[in-house]
Amino acid sequence: MTVDIPVIALINVTKTYGSGEAEVNAMDGVDLTVKAGEFVALMGPSGSGKSTAMNMIGCLDSPTSGDYLFNGVHVGSLDPDQRALLRRNYLGFVFQGFNLLPRTSALDNVELPLIYKGLSAAERRAQALDALEKVGLKGREHHDPSELSGGQQQRVAIARALVGSPEVILADEPTGNLDTKRSLEIMELLRALNETDGITIIMVTHEDEMAAFAHRVIWMVDGKVDRSGTPHSVLTPERQQA
Amino acid sequence: MIKETIKLAIQAIFRNAMRSILTVLGIVIGVAAVITMMTVGQGSSDQVTADVEKLGTNVLIVIPGGGQMGPGNTSVAAAFELRDVDAIIDQLTSVRTAAPFNQTSLNAVYGQQDTRTSVVGTDGQYLEVVDWPIVLGRSFLATEESAGRAVCIVGETVRQNLFGNTDPIGETIRLKNVSCDIVGLLEAKGASSFGTDQDDVVLMPVKAFQRRVVGSSDVSMIYVAASDGVSTDRTLVDIEVLMRERRRIGDGEEDDFQVRDMKQLASMLTGVTNVLTGLLSSVAAVSLLVGGIGIMNIMLVSVTERTREIGIRLAVGATANQVLLQFLVEAIVLSMIGGVVGILFGLALAAVASNLMSIPFSPDPAIVVLALLFSAAVGVIFGFFPARRAARLNPIDALRHQ
Ligand SMILES: Nc1ncnc2c1ncn2[C@@H]1O[C@H](COP(=O)(O)OP(=O)(O)OP(=O)(O)O)[C@@H](O)[C@H]1O
Ligand SMILES: [Mg+2]
Repeated sequence: MTVDIPVIALINVTKTYGSGEAEVNAMDGVDLTVKAGEFVALMGPSGSGKSTAMNMIGCLDSPTSGDYLFNGVHVGSLDPDQRALLRRNYLGFVFQGFNLLPRTSALDNVELPLIYKGLSAAERRAQALDALEKVGLKGREHHDPSELSGGQQQRVAIARALVGSPEVILADEPTGNLDTKRSLEIMELLRALNETDGITIIMVTHEDEMAAFAHRVIWMVDGKVDRSGTPHSVLTPERQQA
Repeated sequence: MIKETIKLAIQAIFRNAMRSILTVLGIVIGVAAVITMMTVGQGSSDQVTADVEKLGTNVLIVIPGGGQMGPGNTSVAAAFELRDVDAIIDQLTSVRTAAPFNQTSLNAVYGQQDTRTSVVGTDGQYLEVVDWPIVLGRSFLATEESAGRAVCIVGETVRQNLFGNTDPIGETIRLKNVSCDIVGLLEAKGASSFGTDQDDVVLMPVKAFQRRVVGSSDVSMIYVAASDGVSTDRTLVDIEVLMRERRRIGDGEEDDFQVRDMKQLASMLTGVTNVLTGLLSSVAAVSLLVGGIGIMNIMLVSVTERTREIGIRLAVGATANQVLLQFLVEAIVLSMIGGVVGILFGLALAAVASNLMSIPFSPDPAIVVLALLFSAAVGVIFGFFPARRAARLNPIDALRHQ
């Protein structure tokens, strides 16, 4: 295992939406690397391209130009099925808006990734129950998303992301809709996944308190990486400006 | 994996119960309509064929009047006489037997009971020609026929109307001012293809009918049975030649009578029912289309939700083909359920309708399969193609779909 190859490397990545007058450079030459086992917080003002970058890293979207290397593999050269396998086996995604299947129990939602891993029904159930217990939703397995609170839905989404034992979990504002107490619980959970299970975590957040859990903060402005460093070093100047 | 996919599809069907029910309903309506219409159409056509066959395919009828109807042909042709019937029987080897046939409508009265019925003047040979057995009593005796005695043979409906289920033999009924002794009861035949009740009839010797009911010696129609092994075409020509001679029709003159073959009548009637079946089929095709549009609407309305779902599945690692297979199986399962329910429903409806119309129940497997295939195609096309489009998107575009 070559330790010095980063799990994630974006090299001069741009993403352009629309054309002509309406052209928006959501990502404008982003260079970004994340090493295995890191816990990174992606921050920046609204519209700075954080979600776009996360979608890119999660192989849900493809760059307009630039390269994305995952574990040294050139993602741009993979066909759609190979990208699906990459998502299936290495990545777990927590969406900004949960994206749970409606009218589908928490348990079935969490089992979803395992279906495509080809696990038997019994294995799926066992692992999904395990994941739901980890996020503190024991006893809520058979509730539909519509019967769960925002925080509970968020935790189902996290359980779904971690159930396949991914190498990297991408969480887009996992505490966006939660009060501080719940948010801190989620952060403890992510920290545990990072420290105990060695899962690399990239998280988008607007809150300094949550970013403090990360090893490193990457600050984006206008589709570019503005600065990067420890939470303290990145966030202090911001506060001073304020 | 295929077992897993089927399970997934069935889960999805139950999860979206309303959508599934509406889709299935569309298919059920389409399939049931087609099957009902086509089966009933086929049944009435079969009924006509069966009726004509019962009448005997070697039966011909001779009626007065020219072949062409129209302004140039208005002269009233003379009726036949009993001697014509005798001549046909005696002089033509291609004829097995023949019978006169005169008919009128009269009230038949027995005690307090009273029923309007069709009274036919004929002889025992008529029952031979049309192959109609007597179940109680006997046919006319030769002496009764030659003397023109007022005896009669009644059909089942007349028996029911006047006597209920009791034995009518030996009873006397009154037809107009003629008292008539019942000597026989005809076997029940049921309705004809035109819906007329063939059992609503009273037969009496033709001489009695001529003398006492209508007061004329005319014979308005002759029933002829061709000899066994002789084609009706030959018999038809023989009758024509003989009748031309007897009616003194010169060379080059048109016939003033017609000889009709039951086979011709059969093909004419089949033509009519075919037109009817065609009409029913177009109605059925419209229902199928309406059902199809229903399915299409439901599928299209749910495209947004489905596209999101596809985005989620792709995001957690499904390949486009896995997602597509699931949606295809879902569409097929729904179509199958709808198809089977539609077939059962359609067949049941057709069976009830056939029973009410007293026609045979003749389902056509080809139609069943065709209706099923069409609905399945609609289900698959409108369930599958939007899904295919979605599965080819970037997962994020599928997720963002609105
Ligand atoms: N599908 C799209 N079509 C057009 N423009 C888009 C699209 N997605 C994002 N954008 C634009 O790209 C820019 C970056 O959007 P992005 O969602 O990455 O921001 P963000 O940093 O996640 O913001 P927030 O903190 O509000 O979630 C924005 O200006 C946005 O309007
Ligand atoms: Mg965002």
